Amino acid sequence: MDLLNAIVALLNFVVIPATAYGAQLALGALGVTLIYGILRFSNFAHGDTMALGTGFVILFTWWLQSMGLSFGPLPTAFLALPLGIALTAAVVLLTDRSVYRFYRKQKAAPVILVIVSMGVMFVMNGVTRFVIGVDEIRFADGAKFLINANDFKAATGLAEGLAFKASQAQTIVTAVAVVALLFWFLNKTRTGKSMRAYSDNEDLALLSGISPERVVAVTWIIASGLAVIAGTLYGLDKSFKAFNYFQLLLPIFASAIVGGLGSPLGAIAGGFLIAFSEVGFTYAWKKVATYVLPESLAPDGLAQLLSTDYKFAVSFAILIVVLLFKPTGLFKGKSV
Amino acid sequence: MSNTGNPYQDDRGNKDRSITNSGGGTMTLPGTSGRATPAPGGPFLAAEMMTGGYGPVDILHDCTLTVEKGEIAVIVGPNGAGKSTAMKAVFGMLNLRGGHVKLDGEDITLLSPQDRVAKGMGFVPQVNNVFPSMSVEENLEMGAFLRRDDFRATMEQVYDLFPILKDKRRQAAGELSGGQRQQVAVGRALMTQPKLLMLDEPTAGVSPIVMDELFDRIIEVARTGISILMVEQNARQALEIADKGYVLVQGANRYTDTGEALLANPEVRRTFLGG
Repeated sequence: MDLLNAIVALLNFVVIPATAYGAQLALGALGVTLIYGILRFSNFAHGDTMALGTGFVILFTWWLQSMGLSFGPLPTAFLALPLGIALTAAVVLLTDRSVYRFYRKQKAAPVILVIVSMGVMFVMNGVTRFVIGVDEIRFADGAKFLINANDFKAATGLAEGLAFKASQAQTIVTAVAVVALLFWFLNKTRTGKSMRAYSDNEDLALLSGISPERVVAVTWIIASGLAVIAGTLYGLDKSFKAFNYFQLLLPIFASAIVGGLGSPLGAIAGGFLIAFSEVGFTYAWKKVATYVLPESLAPDGLAQLLSTDYKFAVSFAILIVVLLFKPTGLFKGKSV
Repeated sequence: MSNTGNPYQDDRGNKDRSITNSGGGTMTLPGTSGRATPAPGGPFLAAEMMTGGYGPVDILHDCTLTVEKGEIAVIVGPNGAGKSTAMKAVFGMLNLRGGHVKLDGEDITLLSPQDRVAKGMGFVPQVNNVFPSMSVEENLEMGAFLRRDDFRATMEQVYDLFPILKDKRRQAAGELSGGQRQQVAVGRALMTQPKLLMLDEPTAGVSPIVMDELFDRIIEVARTGISILMVEQNARQALEIADKGYVLVQGANRYTDTGEALLANPEVRRTFLGG
């Protein structure tokens, strides 16, 4: 019974939240890794693209709600998502037109594009705050729980409750669907293959008649889509706050690099690795330990390795360890 | 890596690949292309009096290369003679200050390399000539990217020409041996159904046996009516299969004759073929 309780506590406090968080990071890291592979720089504006896109989704959600529309048990934000993605993609393409394309024409060194993306980041940062404000916003509606902790306790008779939030289930299901769609697109369609070809060997892609501007535009659209989906899922699961999204950039980059930059599979693996480590290191293990260990060995303290304030430090510690021993990342991306 | 004087291309020694992905393209982007004009008559490919280079210094001086339909033309010469440069000039990868390039009755001097591909030129670069992470079949598909018709028949032809590629069609091109990779590269170029196939040192870094086999395949390609223009280090073997040979020295034509005659020419033998 104690062992079962320990497993339920572990699922409730570590496995389920980390899986949902990992899926959100993976979607963000996929966008970063695509931009890195095809446009050849790390896009620092990705976090703020997430924030801006999620801001749009929230505005559309409010608009739909004001018209009395809802999505039944699912959050209205899911209805607003396509609109938010379209608007964000338009903004990003406009940014590419007005900013990045100039540097592409100049054949600018990628490090210059990194700095340019930082400029874009600050602009988007400000625009997001203008559009939606700096406050914390909760915009999740529809069903709250798939499994309620009290119902679970009553049904199983265990001391520990298991809560499975609807937002967590939605995150996992959406992430699986989006990733499957993305891999199908990259591996099976003509446009997707041309993107991989361009990432592999730019000159040869040009010789084969692949249009770089088209590849770049499609990449921005996909990256925006991934960013808005990731941002919306994160916002539904926790809450929306522009500053938090800016900070999310750090674990997202860590995920992409740990997995191997330029490797979509790596971005997913990296996302889950970072998420599980962050949650694992900052979780107070006392409860689980008390169930599993004999009474004499039970910890006095919380058995928490790091305060949650330090969760970003965990991403970076993993990043450094992986880069020391496997510079190409776990999935053989580009050597760093 | 900045010696172009363009401050945007100066990376100030950045080697951090966690933020930048080196290995971008070096070619000019399309959209800077001029127009092709009709120029009937003359040989199938006539690149005449080409003068130019990458920067202010000319590498080619009045260099002329012509190829007839179904012919194999080989460019040989010492290191630094401008062999590859001459081929790149034919393909439009450097700016010519003088001369012109005509293909199949059209003056294409002002066209970008991409537009020349559409006009029927196939180019196999010496290095980086495959998409390493993509499968052999995907490499061939990318070769046919410009084609909107059904290219499966062409793919079968390529597989007939290089049977080993059919066995390895699902394998990533980057995992193949040097000789097989060259076959993928040639196959990719053939997928556009070019009228002229240009090969920049196709046998560089492959074993002598593989080299002989590649040359046999190149003869087979020429028999289907495709003209071949090829730069080769292995001058003797290449001239043996050549209908026409060009010996370049310092960016200018030194000897031009049939491959057989060049091999028989005592001066060419002594100076360029090692006796």
